[in-house]
Amino acid sequence: MTVDEIKTGVVIDHIEAGKAMEIYRFLGLDKLDCPIAIIKNALSKRMARKDIIKIDHDEMIDLRVLGYIAPNVTVNVIENGKIVKKFHPELPEEIVDIVKCKNPRCITSTEQELSHIFKLTDKENHVYRCIYCESKAKN
Amino acid sequence: MRHLIGIEDFSNEEIDSLIATAEDIIADPKKYSEVCHGKKLATLFYEPSTRTRLSFEAAMMELGGGVLGFSEAQSSSAAKGESVADTAKVISCFADIMVMRHFKEGAPMVASLNSTIPVINAGDGGHNHPTQTLADLLTIKREKGRLDNMVIGLCGDLKFGRTVHSLISAMSRYTGIKFILISPDELKIPSYIKDEVLDKKGIPYEETASLDEAMPKLDVLYMTRVQRERFFNEQDYIRLKDSYILTPEKLVNAKKSLSILHPLPRVNEISVGVDKDPRACYFKQVLNGKYIRMALIKFLLEEAGK
Repeated sequence: MTVDEIKTGVVIDHIEAGKAMEIYRFLGLDKLDCPIAIIKNALSKRMARKDIIKIDHDEMIDLRVLGYIAPNVTVNVIENGKIVKKFHPELPEEIVDIVKCKNPRCITSTEQELSHIFKLTDKENHVYRCIYCESKAKN
Repeated sequence: MRHLIGIEDFSNEEIDSLIATAEDIIADPKKYSEVCHGKKLATLFYEPSTRTRLSFEAAMMELGGGVLGFSEAQSSSAAKGESVADTAKVISCFADIMVMRHFKEGAPMVASLNSTIPVINAGDGGHNHPTQTLADLLTIKREKGRLDNMVIGLCGDLKFGRTVHSLISAMSRYTGIKFILISPDELKIPSYIKDEVLDKKGIPYEETASLDEAMPKLDVLYMTRVQRERFFNEQDYIRLKDSYILTPEKLVNAKKSLSILHPLPRVNEISVGVDKDPRACYFKQVLNGKYIRMALIKFLLEEAGK
């Protein structure tokens, strides 16, 4: 299968096989009108199978949420057809409306149009807690 | 705008300063009798509360201020479906400071994000109750003369007790503190308190099911109620309930300098016979609660005026 190389944009590599669509949704890529390629179950020496997302987009996309949903992926920033930056996403300090607070006693369960905001409280163990009730974030 | 939503909103220095103000109020209440003249405290109690609401109202009155508010959700605009955010915006037009008790965890924080006046959390479900913690700290300070270097026993329901979690968090800031956590297996302290507070800060603690064994080591004993509804079966409750009822006999091996605290209301976990013991501090704790709330209202209003 051939997918054209991108000139300027981002390639998210080493996505756990089967998780590409989830990342696509979390990053809000459905709202972009640029060419996007989603490659599922590609062969990988390191992971046996992996997913890849290629985004052909001039402007930098907000990728902070990747650190929460897929911290092990590799992000390649492409300019003029060359990789100019390669990194693993860092854990974001705050995630907004990515996960919902599951505590039925939390104010988010009743208050209208209240964003579900979680703050990083334990970097080592990747723990995020609801800013309102301090419940742990669960996917 | 400063608010008090959780005890961690205040630094050690600010807590020490509130305690100092409260002690000064106790020493000379007249000096403070007009400091909130012309100011209004709104009490927004979506859940019934006797002591906390009256304590806040008495505190504001003794500072020379006025009080308005409601004491149950049914008599508020919440019954018509108004959001907490909107209520906070509306109350900001009428009062200078607001106190909120709500059955939903995080409701006072939502209010603080939408308010133009200081918000005090007076209890949000099973989550936070920071002014109770301030009352506990003032009581310990007045009884012991210090807030460091002591062994604190927390007894009873350590799993669901919000006052216990806040007190651990607050006392963990001081040096030389050791906790003895006394509870049945079913009601042990949640692991996140151990992981994220005690272990993270290197605070020593012991867990035991025996109040008798812990008793001689304690400088402070903080009692809470073991509630029947927390148990999966009746036999376990019956087996355990009496072990956590404090009686004069259980105090035989306790230190003479022990201070016994309880956030109240008490049901039967401290027998009435203990009330006469000079080590019983739980009614002084109620009075201290009023004084620390006076100090808090004064502090937040001053901050808002800056």
